[in-house]
Amino acid sequence: MTYVKPMFRHPDAPVNGLGHTRQVYEGGLSTLCAGCGHDSISAAIIDACFELSIEPHRVAKLSGIGCSSKTPAYFLSGSHSFNSVHGRMPSVATGANLANRDLIYIGVSGDGDTASIGLGQFSHVVRRNLNMTYLVENNGCYGLTKGQDSATMDSGSRNKKGDLNQYSPIDLARLAIEIGATFVGRSFSGDKQQLIPLIKAAISHRGFALLDVVSPCVTFNNHADSTKSYEHMRQVNAPMPVDFVPMREEITASYDAGNTCEVCMHDGSVVRLYKHDNDYDIEDRQSALQAAHHYASEGKILTGLLYIERDSEELHDVLDTSRRPLNSMDEKQLCPGSRLLDSINAGLR
Amino acid sequence: MKPTDTTEPEYFHKVVDCQYGCPAHTPVPEYIRLIAAGRYTDAYMVNWESNVFPGVLGRTCDRPCEPVCRRGRVDEEPVAICRLKRVAADNKDDVAHLIPKAPLSRNGKRIALIGGGPASLTVARDLAPLGYDIDLYDDQPLGGGFMRSQIPVFRLPPEVLNEEVDFILDMGVNQHFNTYVDSLKRILDQGYDAVFVGTGAPRGSDLDLPGRAECDKYIHVGIDWLGSVAFDHIDKIGKRVLVLGGGNTAMDCCRTARRIGGDDVKVVVRSEFARMKASPWEIEDAAAEDIPIINNHVPKEFVHEDGVLKGMVFTVVDVLYDDDGTRRLEPTGEEVFFEADEVLIAIGQDNAFPWIERDIGIEFGKWDMPVLDQTTFQSTLDKVFFGGDAALGPENIITAVAQGHEAATSIDLFLNGGDVQARPAPGVTLLSQKMGVHEWSYDSTVSIDDRFAVPHAAKDAALKDRRVEVELGFDREVAYQEAERCLNCDIQTVFSPPKCIECDACVDICPTDCINFVVNDDEPALRNSLRVPARNTSQDLYVSTTLQQTGRVMVKDENVCLHCGLCAERCPTGAWDMQQFLYSVTKAGSPCNQKRP
Repeated sequence: MTYVKPMFRHPDAPVNGLGHTRQVYEGGLSTLCAGCGHDSISAAIIDACFELSIEPHRVAKLSGIGCSSKTPAYFLSGSHSFNSVHGRMPSVATGANLANRDLIYIGVSGDGDTASIGLGQFSHVVRRNLNMTYLVENNGCYGLTKGQDSATMDSGSRNKKGDLNQYSPIDLARLAIEIGATFVGRSFSGDKQQLIPLIKAAISHRGFALLDVVSPCVTFNNHADSTKSYEHMRQVNAPMPVDFVPMREEITASYDAGNTCEVCMHDGSVVRLYKHDNDYDIEDRQSALQAAHHYASEGKILTGLLYIERDSEELHDVLDTSRRPLNSMDEKQLCPGSRLLDSINAGLR
Repeated sequence: MKPTDTTEPEYFHKVVDCQYGCPAHTPVPEYIRLIAAGRYTDAYMVNWESNVFPGVLGRTCDRPCEPVCRRGRVDEEPVAICRLKRVAADNKDDVAHLIPKAPLSRNGKRIALIGGGPASLTVARDLAPLGYDIDLYDDQPLGGGFMRSQIPVFRLPPEVLNEEVDFILDMGVNQHFNTYVDSLKRILDQGYDAVFVGTGAPRGSDLDLPGRAECDKYIHVGIDWLGSVAFDHIDKIGKRVLVLGGGNTAMDCCRTARRIGGDDVKVVVRSEFARMKASPWEIEDAAAEDIPIINNHVPKEFVHEDGVLKGMVFTVVDVLYDDDGTRRLEPTGEEVFFEADEVLIAIGQDNAFPWIERDIGIEFGKWDMPVLDQTTFQSTLDKVFFGGDAALGPENIITAVAQGHEAATSIDLFLNGGDVQARPAPGVTLLSQKMGVHEWSYDSTVSIDDRFAVPHAAKDAALKDRRVEVELGFDREVAYQEAERCLNCDIQTVFSPPKCIECDACVDICPTDCINFVVNDDEPALRNSLRVPARNTSQDLYVSTTLQQTGRVMVKDENVCLHCGLCAERCPTGAWDMQQFLYSVTKAGSPCNQKRP
């Protein structure tokens, strides 16, 4: 890969509230295969952070192992980053978040990293409602090791060699709703119009936000018999368009209220969702599970914001931790001394 | 919008801003790549084929290519195209064997060329190798026309001009120098099959003010004076010189005056600085030689004593614009006197055709200019064609060359029973530049260097001797670096909709946000719906046919595309490809327009 991205940008490139252009949010040049859905997701994260006017140094990017987990190198090069062990990103994220609650945590993982080796860690970080965005770049195969079926590969889908997958898939979105996630979205790397506002909403959500994003593997899983190809995804996608309206902007557009629902986030911004079905309540776990299941049974994939629980208690609330990040405390506060330790130990006897 | 028809040659031609902006449509990026490759002779011949005088133009061109250079839209300054052309000319090997000669057996058709400037020489260059018998008439002792008489030698050394003029004369053109043609009728009576008039705009405007007649001795019309200096009839001027006018002739006058005795040379201009017609770099060069430019001064009278010029009085004006944009020069009431020993008037030049009889079938129209077909340059007398400044009024060398090509094509069609209106189509090739994985046949990396400055001769030495060339030209090393600034706009981004899987890879990688996948609409709406709205309406949108998967269209704003090839690099299916577009204006004798046996 000898090519380099030119330094020049569009002279009329827009600037955000911080006076930054998108260029400030870019990362290194991707070494993934040309056409990989993951690159589109990286671009969507860049756009989302740009549009939210987030200062890059207020973000921590975390990942495990896999094609997906390489991608934090390709966006937000001015942010903190930790490329951890396979399937262990949730632990590192938990530790980092407990130490510094002021940063914005964006975890990027894949279907192998989350649904196979990391399923245990994933389940627990969902349960604990850690305040982070957890983004799964889901391509249904192990692209880095030549495209073997992953745990999210749909039954009935064939791999590139033509072999049929006979195991049932793990649906990470439905699993997360089931075990207590407070924000669950599903999207498609080829639909940035939906994906960017969803990422913005996930970042704004206080608590654990899962985004399960179908991201075709152009090299190993984009053939005619694949259910995770660009073409198949475009046939079965049932998108619920999403708008994200930041707090400072007035809501002006008017829509058909019947199928529109608006959710006010804790920071005052608003997520607006255009549903297909008026009976579907995205703030009701059962309703969300039923809707996702209903579409799946019809061979469709429902995308958009599937479920949200506002005003949940995130991990810091539950543990009643200090409101200040540890790095803002001095030694005396961090190490209150042996007398205090003794009394704590005594209390545990 | 309808899908863009890229088989229409002008679409991709327009993307190559420099070539499109050049009147002769010289394939600029092509020769710049050759310069970068050290192939100076090839670069020279690409130029010579198109613009006939690369060495001359590499020093003196008006450079219509540079203001439109794409680089100027993403970087501070455009590529130094003109000075790179000179590098090709300066570093070429002997090219005499590459220049075509007239065939041994002629085709029996005789053509007279009146005037020996760039337009006539271009016609000769195009037609002599085809076997036409060509007689060239000029009143000067040497060929080159205004390139010789008006461009001072410190900008254009005679040996450079001679070489390129001789390439053409040596093809076998019958030369009639020192011959002033005073009657077109007599030329026609000699039985020529066609006549080309390329006599330029030879009459310099004068200034009829009080005192003009009384001190005629000290007042000169700029272009005549420059001609006299060029041919060594004048070799000195008074110490204090006023040059009137704000065009390039004024700049040449003041700088020449500075070299042959003028210590205190001033340029005085009626209008404001921003409206001066001179090229910015010529104004800079004049300023660098300590020549003040005084704007908003309208000449009022020549002041003289006992028949000796003392100076001039000027009325100082304010430049005012009415609501409709009309300019008015409003006197402030102040008057200024500047001392002067001599005055050079360089306020414009006009065409003059006293030697063309008005009863031989050539119609004259507005401003006493010949009535011409604007495409074919044919006059109302079908065997007489015009070109250069003589055709449509004073322009520049490159325009004269372009018109010479067109007129030569017309003459060739006319003399072979063709329809002069049926202009032959340009030659176009479009060829993939992919060499392998991550490998392109052009240097796709975009240089971030600023424009390199051309070195100049030491001022003292240059002012002492008018024959010392001021600009020294780039050396090979700097020329390479400057050539690398070229964005290769002729390497086109070519899109094949059936191959596209709409993965967005090209959208995500494009450094300048050119590429979009959107729902089709009319042009204004599309321009607004892009990732960065396409506000530069002089640049086209490249719109694809409807795409299979989503029914959207690909829309590329050509405006600031860097031609870096990353879209094609990141495209998994080869829907994007980088293809070199080579556009050549069809010239006389092309196989396309032959009716001859």
